[in-house]
Amino acid sequence: MLPIPNFKGFDFFPHNTRINFMRFKSICFWGSILAMVLSLGLFFTKGLNYGVDFKGGSMIEVQSKSGPADIPTLRRTLGGLGLGDVQIQQFGQPTDVLIRVEQQPGGDKAQQDALEKVTKALGAGYVQRRVEVVGPAVSSELRRDGLYAILGAIAAIIAYVWFRFEWQFAAGTVLALAHDVLITVGVFSLFNLEFDLSIVAALLTILGYSVNDTVVVSDRIRENLRKFKRMELNELLNLSINETLSRTILTGVTTIAVLVALYVFGGSVIRNFTFAMLFGVIIGTYSSIFIAAPVLDYLGVKRETVVGTKVPGIGSKSEA
Amino acid sequence: MLHFPRWKVISIVVTCLAGLLFSLPNMFAKEQVDTWPWPMPKAQIPLGLDLQGGAHLLMAMDSDRLKVEWTRTLREQARAALVNATPRISPELVSVVGSSVQVRLQKPEDMDAALRVLRLLSEETGSPVLGTNAPSLDVVRGEGGVITLTLTPAGIKKRLSDTANASIETINRRINALGTAESTVTRQGDDRVLIQFPGLQDTAELKDLLKGTAKLTFHDVHPTMSAEEAQQAGVPTGFKIYPSERDDGRYLLKEDPVVAGDQLASAQPELNQQTGEWVLAFRFKQIGARDFSRYTQANVGRPFAIVLDEKVLSAPNIREAITQGSGQISGGFTAGSANTLAVQLRSGALPAKLTIVEERTVGPSLGSDSVAAGKLAATVGALVTAAMVTFAYGTFGVFAVVALAVNGLLIAALMSAIGITLTLPGIAGFVLTIGMAVDANVLIYERIREELRAGKTAISAIEAGFTRAMVTIIDSQLTTLAAALLMFGLGSGPIRGFAVTLSIGIFTSVFTAVTITRLLVAWWLSQQRGKAARIAVPI
Repeated sequence: MLPIPNFKGFDFFPHNTRINFMRFKSICFWGSILAMVLSLGLFFTKGLNYGVDFKGGSMIEVQSKSGPADIPTLRRTLGGLGLGDVQIQQFGQPTDVLIRVEQQPGGDKAQQDALEKVTKALGAGYVQRRVEVVGPAVSSELRRDGLYAILGAIAAIIAYVWFRFEWQFAAGTVLALAHDVLITVGVFSLFNLEFDLSIVAALLTILGYSVNDTVVVSDRIRENLRKFKRMELNELLNLSINETLSRTILTGVTTIAVLVALYVFGGSVIRNFTFAMLFGVIIGTYSSIFIAAPVLDYLGVKRETVVGTKVPGIGSKSEA
Repeated sequence: MLHFPRWKVISIVVTCLAGLLFSLPNMFAKEQVDTWPWPMPKAQIPLGLDLQGGAHLLMAMDSDRLKVEWTRTLREQARAALVNATPRISPELVSVVGSSVQVRLQKPEDMDAALRVLRLLSEETGSPVLGTNAPSLDVVRGEGGVITLTLTPAGIKKRLSDTANASIETINRRINALGTAESTVTRQGDDRVLIQFPGLQDTAELKDLLKGTAKLTFHDVHPTMSAEEAQQAGVPTGFKIYPSERDDGRYLLKEDPVVAGDQLASAQPELNQQTGEWVLAFRFKQIGARDFSRYTQANVGRPFAIVLDEKVLSAPNIREAITQGSGQISGGFTAGSANTLAVQLRSGALPAKLTIVEERTVGPSLGSDSVAAGKLAATVGALVTAAMVTFAYGTFGVFAVVALAVNGLLIAALMSAIGITLTLPGIAGFVLTIGMAVDANVLIYERIREELRAGKTAISAIEAGFTRAMVTIIDSQLTTLAAALLMFGLGSGPIRGFAVTLSIGIFTSVFTAVTITRLLVAWWLSQQRGKAARIAVPI
């Protein structure tokens, strides 16, 4: 058989890395709490720039057949149709324009009538590349379903973490998850980014990624709690985070690299979606280290509940 | 852990080859794949409407209006049931009150008989086996000799579902007239119908076809009274005022039609040679032809009205008896509108008016742009990942990259074989899976490194790495799966596509990251044995 060439990998982090993460815990922890409160404040005062999925109305992406689109003329023509707020923006290429028409009063039929008016006013100079019309009934259902999905995902994750770990870990995980979702929502509100159904999907993925990250760190904390029975908790948390650091960074960097590729090359249709994901992965990684772990310190993990009677060893899967 | 029995190795290799075989059609053009000989799989991953272009129309039936209609019908049924009973039961009053029908009897002693007769109107719905059976009608004896009939929620649900199914049939017939495209029409929930039409960009024609129910009826015009007079003096029983389709005119017509549209055998657009106007030529079925012939014979010289969806198309005078069962309708048609109406009439009336509540259309150019962008992003993402993993873990990193490639093939193979639609968010899910699949390998390799540092031998460090990391891998993948399943439950098309690829990716990535890398590592170990006294792990 062919001999396999042997070459060594490059260890990014020397194995004795000992960054004192817990030194920053108060400032990061309380800073994050503040950011969460600010995000909530933004959500309730400024609100979100909901897309047609949640707000209803129409979105039409058109492409000019000859040269760059004449946006001022489009604004004049479409603004004069009496359809209320009509937003027009360039989208990706200079030939491409995204037209948003707010939800028309008068139910589902009125949205279709508005679409027909816009189509007529655009004339033959433009090709419609994408049309999305969502009526009032469907948009309120999508809003409801989106909220349920996020709350349901958080509930399912709490149940899982609670079942696998002690309640202190569950509390830390929940706080970390709430942190990730709230701050992503806050950023969308702050920068007025469009929030639609795909962002809900991104938030759900962020939840999955963040809990994945938290579980890896928590697993190690628990293992070390058993191994080093006398180590001071702060020091133990530090040790666990440092031990999992190269994994955290490497996985984080590959995921981020892939998302950056999607963001740059994936086209303008999913740009907001990949942005949410990119942002979420970064703060999801941050929150495992600076939110979920410190919570254990603040709440105090009782060692006797974690240590149990079994000695961990190869093949031991009987945790908690 | 590192020992693989022969059958296991064979089944792993077979799985990988099957993955390659079934994902192969996606790497060639459709025309090329079609020429492949028999045993080769030919299924490609079906592309969602956002990638191949097409229209998605979600339409809702007006269920409130249907309920009003059903209650009205129920009133007629109740009256008929009482009057036709033997011995005859005389109702004093049968009226619609809210969403119920109330019956007041002339003689209180008829009460028991009336209840018995009216209860026969109720049908069983649901399945007795599943315990979901319920009557469709509530018949309650109230105070003062009043009987109240109400459609139960189960009865309404059944009728809605029957109506939706009938609508789907009609829609299918209408769409088929548009041409060869492979459209699908499915029911969503109780009162909605989803039309998916790949490749269709201009939805105007489709919407025209679905506009209106196309209920065509022929009515008697009131012999003496005009609509204006009726409005002032009160509309006589059995008559109703209908607006005109073309102008502000109104007509006083008998509510019961002479002939209804379901009696049409055919309808064709035709150019009237004398007037140069587009007309609709129609022919009745036997019963319709007979009824129409009798009616026209008796009413020569008087007008009758042709009504489409409660609006009068035209009200010509009967010049002579029409006994052939065929005729022409003029209604100011253009070639296009005459054709649309002909298609609608041939495919039958929709049992309920449908309103578009959601529309998503993607043009083919945007679709192919998205496919190209997705391919590029996936390639770049995979290359960057492969480079990083190889750099970090050397030979073992290459094993992880092989596992990653198999993972990609398996996902593509499963989607092609089962026929799971790939959407734009689906591509994002695919790319993300590749990025996250690395996590399992990273966990394993980091663990091996640690065990080696702790002074373990190569074999026991590798053993420990795979075993200990497994718990964490399962934990983290299960939580992502939970999120993906909830996303699937969230429902809307594109998001589902994302959830589906993510879920498939979780299963395949556990298999490839754990099993395939382990097999490769075991193979590597077997080669190292005997080379040196102590095996150095290149990690």
